[in-house]
Amino acid sequence: MEAYALELKKVTKHFGSIVANKNVNLALRKGEILAVLGENGSGKTTLMNMIAGIYFPDEGEIYINGEQVIIASPKDAFKYKIGMVHQHFRLIDVFTAAENIVLGVKNENKRLSKAVESVKAISEKYGFELDPKKKIYEMSVSEKQTVEILKVLYRGADILILDEPTAVLTPQETKKLFDVMRRMKEDGKSIIIITHKMHEVMEISDRVAILRKGEYIDTVETAATDENQLTEMMVGKKVALNIDRTDPVNPKERLRITGLNTVNKENVKTLSDVSFSVYGGEILGIAGIAGSGQRELLESVAGLQPIESGEITYFAPATKENGTEDDEPVNLRDKTPIQIRDLGVRLSFVPEDRLGMGLVGNMDIIDNMMLRSYRGGRSVFVDRKPPHELADEIIKSLEVVTPGATTPVRRLSGGNVQKVLVGREIAAAPTVLMAAYPVRGLDINSSYMIYNLLNQQKEHGVAVIFVGEDLDVLTELCDRILVLCGGKITGILDGRKAKKEEIGLLMTKVEGGIANE
Amino acid sequence: MNDVKKSEVGKHGQKREPLIHITKRVGVPIWKSIMIRAIAIGAALVVCGVLTMLFTGDNPLSIYASFFVGAFGDPQKIWFTMQNLVILLGIALAVTPAFKMKFWNTGAEGQVLAGGLATAMCMFWLGGKIPDWFLIIVMLTAGVAAGMLWGILPAVFKAKWNTNETLFTLMMNYVAIQLIEWFLKIADKTGSNTVGPTVLKYGWLPDLFGQKYLFNIIVVAALTVFIYIYLKYSKHGYEISVVGESEKTARYIGINVPKVIIRTMALSGAICGLMGFLLVGVTSHSISADTAGGRGFTAIMVSWLAQFNPIFMVLTSLLLVFLGRGAEEVSTKFDLNQSFSDIVTGIILFFIIGCEFFIRYKVNFRGHHEKKENN
Repeated sequence: MEAYALELKKVTKHFGSIVANKNVNLALRKGEILAVLGENGSGKTTLMNMIAGIYFPDEGEIYINGEQVIIASPKDAFKYKIGMVHQHFRLIDVFTAAENIVLGVKNENKRLSKAVESVKAISEKYGFELDPKKKIYEMSVSEKQTVEILKVLYRGADILILDEPTAVLTPQETKKLFDVMRRMKEDGKSIIIITHKMHEVMEISDRVAILRKGEYIDTVETAATDENQLTEMMVGKKVALNIDRTDPVNPKERLRITGLNTVNKENVKTLSDVSFSVYGGEILGIAGIAGSGQRELLESVAGLQPIESGEITYFAPATKENGTEDDEPVNLRDKTPIQIRDLGVRLSFVPEDRLGMGLVGNMDIIDNMMLRSYRGGRSVFVDRKPPHELADEIIKSLEVVTPGATTPVRRLSGGNVQKVLVGREIAAAPTVLMAAYPVRGLDINSSYMIYNLLNQQKEHGVAVIFVGEDLDVLTELCDRILVLCGGKITGILDGRKAKKEEIGLLMTKVEGGIANE
Repeated sequence: MNDVKKSEVGKHGQKREPLIHITKRVGVPIWKSIMIRAIAIGAALVVCGVLTMLFTGDNPLSIYASFFVGAFGDPQKIWFTMQNLVILLGIALAVTPAFKMKFWNTGAEGQVLAGGLATAMCMFWLGGKIPDWFLIIVMLTAGVAAGMLWGILPAVFKAKWNTNETLFTLMMNYVAIQLIEWFLKIADKTGSNTVGPTVLKYGWLPDLFGQKYLFNIIVVAALTVFIYIYLKYSKHGYEISVVGESEKTARYIGINVPKVIIRTMALSGAICGLMGFLLVGVTSHSISADTAGGRGFTAIMVSWLAQFNPIFMVLTSLLLVFLGRGAEEVSTKFDLNQSFSDIVTGIILFFIIGCEFFIRYKVNFRGHHEKKENN
């Protein structure tokens, strides 16, 4: 039998007392696409970093073409023709694509025009679309990724590792990437792709290796398995992969945004003429490529973003106490978060940046609960008793895995951090709940728990705004889907009827045509 | 997680496991961190001892003994050590709220001097013209207000225009020094670099129970408790922590960040001003550009070494004052150059600060796995 292109035997890696990888075996055949599947924290990236020479394994052996090798640095990896495309790009913004590609390659013909030519040749061979003279800062995310892939191909890599390459791409861009990968495979390259999107695994890979909690579970032929079986191997138990979507009951307008315009520090427009309403008892999904104005939109409502023009109106639910029949409108424009809260507006916000904005990483769960409530009462001292009770309650009801309520939240895993944040925001009994990328980086179980929490809020009559990136989830969870592109609304679709491809097109739509086509 | 390592090429160009790699420790038990610190102090004493023998031929043990004599040799020395301790501790307490807010206040020296100068000016111009009890109140108010002003100025610029607070506070020190030079020229026509008790003869606080320094000790003891409670249990303290950890979070929950920055620096400056008042108005009745004596900077180290915990600061300031007082004694008693005691102090501090690295990180040498298996 032909030797494997790459083989790992009993590789183990510790970080302090944490075991990132334990006795992992992995084999990559020549000319195949191997998907490495596993939840967050299952050790996929650590394992790949050891192949790429960024980490050094504590124990275990690595073989390339049947020969044992020691990969102690990225330079060694390069020597063995291993190239890794990291999740977070490592490019120099002010350089052109070609300059980035030749950077760090020794014994190089010094003339850049030669490099440009060979980059063009590689592009043509595999079907990349890229202008080698374009500067990185002018590029879209998918173009940057193309540069990263060209970089490793230019260095002559035979083994390519792609770390979650599709996380940042639209469905159309993903399709193009997969075409390129197939052509590389035909050319005899061996490819490892890390992903946790099941349908992509099924579509692109020849075999799937599954990791769970740092341990190697198995490698299976893709053709001989299905999504349910893979999920079960990945999670360790059966998981129901469907979301209940109930019809909105008695929808009442809760938030109305009209003609909203914002600019950033460089005076570039970030939102232009955005108008829409959100109703109680529905989940409004917001789709769009990263940086299309999602953050500005939510922060405008939350009182964190100065507004150029436009109105934001909140309709307080009628309550028996204030005796009002009609839903009373409250103007949220030009209000600070404190003013908004003092007006009695029940607005909760789960921001994208959990530990940098929603929570304080170095504080314990109790103090993080207190962020919302510490100001209450006249005492100059904080009262830690109610937040302590709330913390205990959230830990219990949302099954937060933590040594205790006094553990700093940065020590918790991503899913548990998010449970703490969402739990706190829901505990404020919101009328409008905004959540930006609430399942990013979460494992399947935690993700479904968050979807269920959002659904519960919807059933309680809360108007839920859900900013998401996974179009499969958006089309399964949301009642309506609003698509943003370049700060403009390009469409509001019925969540039950919308097709992924349709959303994908709207995400890249610009005036007078379609972007990147 | 960090994983720093060095690769090494063996004799035959064959790659081998890196010689050392450093891993982060997670959740270090307290006994272990105390043990590492104890080892560090022990190692520091041994190194100092060897150096002393090599360069002076004196017995290291007798040198260590005179460190103790210098700091705690007789009641008078103990009182004097205590005085130095409380002033240093007071300034460290002053900078701590700002540091918890990640506002790097390097201007404590200037804030103390500003407080001291305002006190001295009141003594000089109002002394004898108003009753002493009233003068003392005016001195205190002026001293605290001046320190506060020195703290607020950089804070306002930081809050409004995001200027660099380290540079700003540092430069404010020189402004304070120059103002003192100007005052010295007016108050003392002889051109001396100190204006002393003969000029500043009004507004002296009577000694408590005949002890010159007791008042300062009581004030700073109360201050320690106050800062501890303020930072840990008050709403202000909570806001300081949130702003320090993440300004974005602070804005998200609606904390008025500029207000917190200015308010905290006002407090920080006010306490420095109070220390200036204690130094000039209560204790020495004199002022010079050297009144703060660098304690505005030493206080930064006190605060950091104690990891911003006011109670630990009592210990860290004691350590630094002890080293300083002891070193003075050594250099006079053994007729050594002042530099020698500085070297000894430096070595001890190097070990104490350096051991923090070993508390946070673990160093693994090549082949440690094999050893583990053999055990």
